[in-house]
Amino acid sequence: MKRYSAFAIAKEAFRQHTGWDRAWRSPEPKKKYDVIIVGAGGHGLATAYFLGKNFGITNVAVIEKGWLGGGNTGRNTTIIRSNYLQDPSAAIYEKARSLYETMSQDLNYNVMFSPRGVLMLAQTEHEVRGYKRTAHANSLQGVTTEWVGPQKVKEICPIMNIDGPRYPVLGGLWQARGGTARHDAVAWGYARACSDMGMDVIQQCEVTGVTTSGGKVTGVNTTKGDIACDKLGMVVAGHASVLASMAGFQLPIESVPLQALVSEPIKPCMDIVVMANTVHGYMSQSDKGEMVIGGGTDGHNAYTQRGSFHHIEETVRALVETFPMIANLKMLRQWGGIVDVTGDRSPILSKTPVEGIFVNCGWGTGGFKAIPGSGWAMAELMAKGHSPLTEEFNMFRFREGKFIDESVAAGVAH
Amino acid sequence: MLILHCPNCGRDVDETDLHSGGEAHLKRFGPGSSDQEFEDYLFMRENPKGVHFERWHHSFGCGKWFLAARCTNTLEVFGTYSAQTLEPPKEILDRITAARPGWSWGALK
Repeated sequence: MKRYSAFAIAKEAFRQHTGWDRAWRSPEPKKKYDVIIVGAGGHGLATAYFLGKNFGITNVAVIEKGWLGGGNTGRNTTIIRSNYLQDPSAAIYEKARSLYETMSQDLNYNVMFSPRGVLMLAQTEHEVRGYKRTAHANSLQGVTTEWVGPQKVKEICPIMNIDGPRYPVLGGLWQARGGTARHDAVAWGYARACSDMGMDVIQQCEVTGVTTSGGKVTGVNTTKGDIACDKLGMVVAGHASVLASMAGFQLPIESVPLQALVSEPIKPCMDIVVMANTVHGYMSQSDKGEMVIGGGTDGHNAYTQRGSFHHIEETVRALVETFPMIANLKMLRQWGGIVDVTGDRSPILSKTPVEGIFVNCGWGTGGFKAIPGSGWAMAELMAKGHSPLTEEFNMFRFREGKFIDESVAAGVAH
Repeated sequence: MLILHCPNCGRDVDETDLHSGGEAHLKRFGPGSSDQEFEDYLFMRENPKGVHFERWHHSFGCGKWFLAARCTNTLEVFGTYSAQTLEPPKEILDRITAARPGWSWGALK
C-alpha cells in the first residue's frame, strides 16, 4: 500500500497524478477462509480490520451484496457521541469515540473526524431530569459530559430559539468531545487497510444461504459461488433477521426505515451537532454547508430504504420552532436506510445458537458512532470467544430480562 | 403514503391515522410459562423481507384494532381483516399465493 502523505501528493503532482494505486483490490472469492464477515459496512470492515490488527487473523473475506459502505454506513447523519446512561453502553461507545480520535492516523486515511461537540436538548421537565442523571452517570463512567443551562445553550448555538412556545429549551447535555466524521471515508479507510493486510473485500456478492454441519457453520452460498469458512460474522444491520433465518435461528429484531435529509448549502451558521429527542429531530452542518437533518423511524416494518414522507414533515415541522432560520431553506435530498431495532434499543454482539456464527446487529438508529468500538469488540469476541465489551450485549439477555435499557438516554434519535 | 382499509369502520385510512402494533398472530403466554416461551412471545420476531402479518390500531378513527397482510419489501397490501381470528382468512392467503408463487402460511409458522 502506498502511504498517503503531503510528500506523496507533491511527488504525484510532478507526474500528473498517474502514480496512484487503487485503494483496495477487487478479488474473486477463494474456496475457503478462516473467517467470513458478511456485510462490508463500517461495522463489518472494522471487525475484519481488528481481527487482523489485534489478533493477526488475516485469512478473512468481507463479502457485500451491494457496494462498500452503501447501506447504513453511507446513509446516516454521522453523529459521534458516547453520552449513554448504562455502563455497558458507555464502555463500548466511549471506546468507539476514543478510537475515532486517532482513526485518520491509524488508517492513514483522512476520515475528517470533527470533535465539534454534541448537544442534546432538554425540552421537557422529564428530559431535564433524565439528562442530569445521565451527566452524573457519565462522570462515574469516565465519559466527559456536562449539564448546561438554557443561556449556555444559546451561547453555544446562537441560531437556536430557546423560548418555545411549545418546546422551550430548558438546558442540555453537552459532550464537547463528540462530533462528526466523514461516513464514506470510514468504510473506505477500513477497506483499504483490510485489503493491505491481505484480506479480500468482495463486493456485489450476495449471500443466498448458510451451510452448517452438526450444529457448526461450514460456509456460505453466494451469488459468486460457495465459500467455506471456520467462523462466520453476520454484520448486516437491517437484514440481520433475513441472514439469521438462513442459518435457522431468529433474532429479537425488527427492521424499520429511518430517514434523513439535507438542505441546500448555506454559509456556516452552526458549528456543533444538536439533537432534540422530544421532537425527534437532530441537525448539524456539513463541511459543504448543507444542514444535515435526521428524524424518527417509521412505525412499521419495511425493507424499502425509502420511508414514509410524513415522518420528514414531522421532523422538519418540529425543528422549525427551535431553529426558525431553517424555515426558508430548500431541501436538496432525502433518503432512507433500514435500521435493526431490538426490544431494549441496545445492540447485539453475540454468539448464536449455531457454533462458529457470531452476530453483530441491533445498532438501530445509532450505529455509525460505534463503528470502531464495535469492530474492536466483535473481533475480540470472534477471535477469543469472549470480550468484556460484548458480554452484556449477548442475544440471550432478553430471555433473562437483563436489558440494557437506553430509552432514557437515547430516546428515538440516536 | 400507506393506505389501509379498516374492516371495523369500513373506511380507507391514511397511515397518519393509524398506529402499527407489530407482528400479528403471536401466541400469548401467561404465568407458569417457560422463559423461552416468554422470550419468543415478547421479543423474537419473524421480521420477514416479504409477506408480513401485522396488527394496526385505527387510533385517530374508530379506535379499534385490525390485522393486515403486507409485503415489507414492495409495500404491497394483500388485504386487511378482523383482529378476532387465529389465522388469516383464506381469500387473503389465496391472494398472497397468487402474487408470490411458492409462498405458504404453514412455512412461515
